Amino acid sequence: MAEEVLAPLAGKVLSVAVKVGDTVEEDDELVVLEAMKMETVVYAPADGTVTAIQAQVGQQVEEDDPLMTLE
Amino acid sequence: MPFFEQLGVFAVTPGMVVMWMIGLTLIYLAIAREFEPLLLLPIGFGVLVANLPLTGLMTPDEGLIWRLYHYGVEWEVIPPLIFLGLGAHTDFGPMLSQPRLMFLGAAAQGGVYVTFFAAQAFGFTLQESATIGIIGGADGPTTIFLAAQLAPHLLGACAVAAYSYMALVPIIQPPIMRLLTTEQERKIRMKKSRKVTAREKRLFPVAATIVIVLLVPASAPLIAMFMLGNLFRESKVVERLTDTAQNALMNIATIFLGVTVGATMSADVFLRGDVIFIFVLGLAAFAVSTACGVLLAKLMNLFTNDKINPLIGAAGVSAVPMAARVAHKMGAEADKKNYLLMFAMGPNVSGVIGTAIAAGIFLTMLG
Repeated sequence: MAEEVLAPLAGKVLSVAVKVGDTVEEDDELVVLEAMKMETVVYAPADGTVTAIQAQVGQQVEEDDPLMTLE
Repeated sequence: MPFFEQLGVFAVTPGMVVMWMIGLTLIYLAIAREFEPLLLLPIGFGVLVANLPLTGLMTPDEGLIWRLYHYGVEWEVIPPLIFLGLGAHTDFGPMLSQPRLMFLGAAAQGGVYVTFFAAQAFGFTLQESATIGIIGGADGPTTIFLAAQLAPHLLGACAVAAYSYMALVPIIQPPIMRLLTTEQERKIRMKKSRKVTAREKRLFPVAATIVIVLLVPASAPLIAMFMLGNLFRESKVVERLTDTAQNALMNIATIFLGVTVGATMSADVFLRGDVIFIFVLGLAAFAVSTACGVLLAKLMNLFTNDKINPLIGAAGVSAVPMAARVAHKMGAEADKKNYLLMFAMGPNVSGVIGTAIAAGIFLTMLG
């Protein structure tokens, strides 16, 4: 079942720790966002495989914007 | 006059040397530790040059820095200009999406009022007590604004205390927050807020100005400029003005504010026994404000199912966005998937308004 990982807050994408095809476990680090000059890590909500990545380094995202898809 | 009598080196007093040390310490903290460098660097330099003898920099009607101080600070020009820039930087979205969070910003002014009464018990006048109490709001420009009106002789000490405590938010607040909350409370994940429309964001600064200024007219210089800056930002039609308010104008105001505030700290005014009390009382004010915000959030949780993480109550002090960052960080320490930052911005920006209103109330009562 596909699960979208959404941005928990608005910010700039600083780094993406995975690539399409990677297998991740729940609580693995996926993306680092910068908001209010502070880094915030987005973790995997569940075990799965990365099937798509929407987040691009340097991109400004809004809250609830999709960052990637896990399956 | 003999030549050597005009040499500054023979007019140096021990008090001046102590003030040089204080000035150099502030410069060191700004550069080496990055403690509020934008303010502490010019303040530290202002302290240094104002305590070099025979310069006349702070001689009334003559000195360069005196003129900047007189027309900039005493005439209430510079702090409101800083507020214009702050307004242009502020997103009221998090506060408008959950208006109940405004109460936390109001509660976190508790330290201001508690310290106002405590300072009187230590023998300070009403005006001095109000100036010391406002440090609890952790808002530098508001502290300077109020001090210039009520107790100019305490301006330097109160400003340095306010900016020092703002820089020390990540050190002062966490122990108090930890003491007053349980691990379970720190883990509370707050429900997503509703989206705030662009129209709401545009209406807010206008409506807030009318309501607040009608209630507390003396807060108008700060509130009006703050909301004007915010209207620039949210209108989206005056990008140039928003940019100027956020950057160039704010930077110019910051330079003049810092150097003049530092220059008010001459040895004879600053090196007095009661100044140490100002720092102690200011710290107490700040700690009580932090506690009041946290405790009100816990109290509100007794009456609602939609729980508030009490950590964000501490963000009700006006140090933006440091206090919100501290709440977020502590929430993430308890539960790494707890993202409190935007929730904490609600009380945080409310706190700025709350401190400005507190200053207005003091001015109305005591000015």
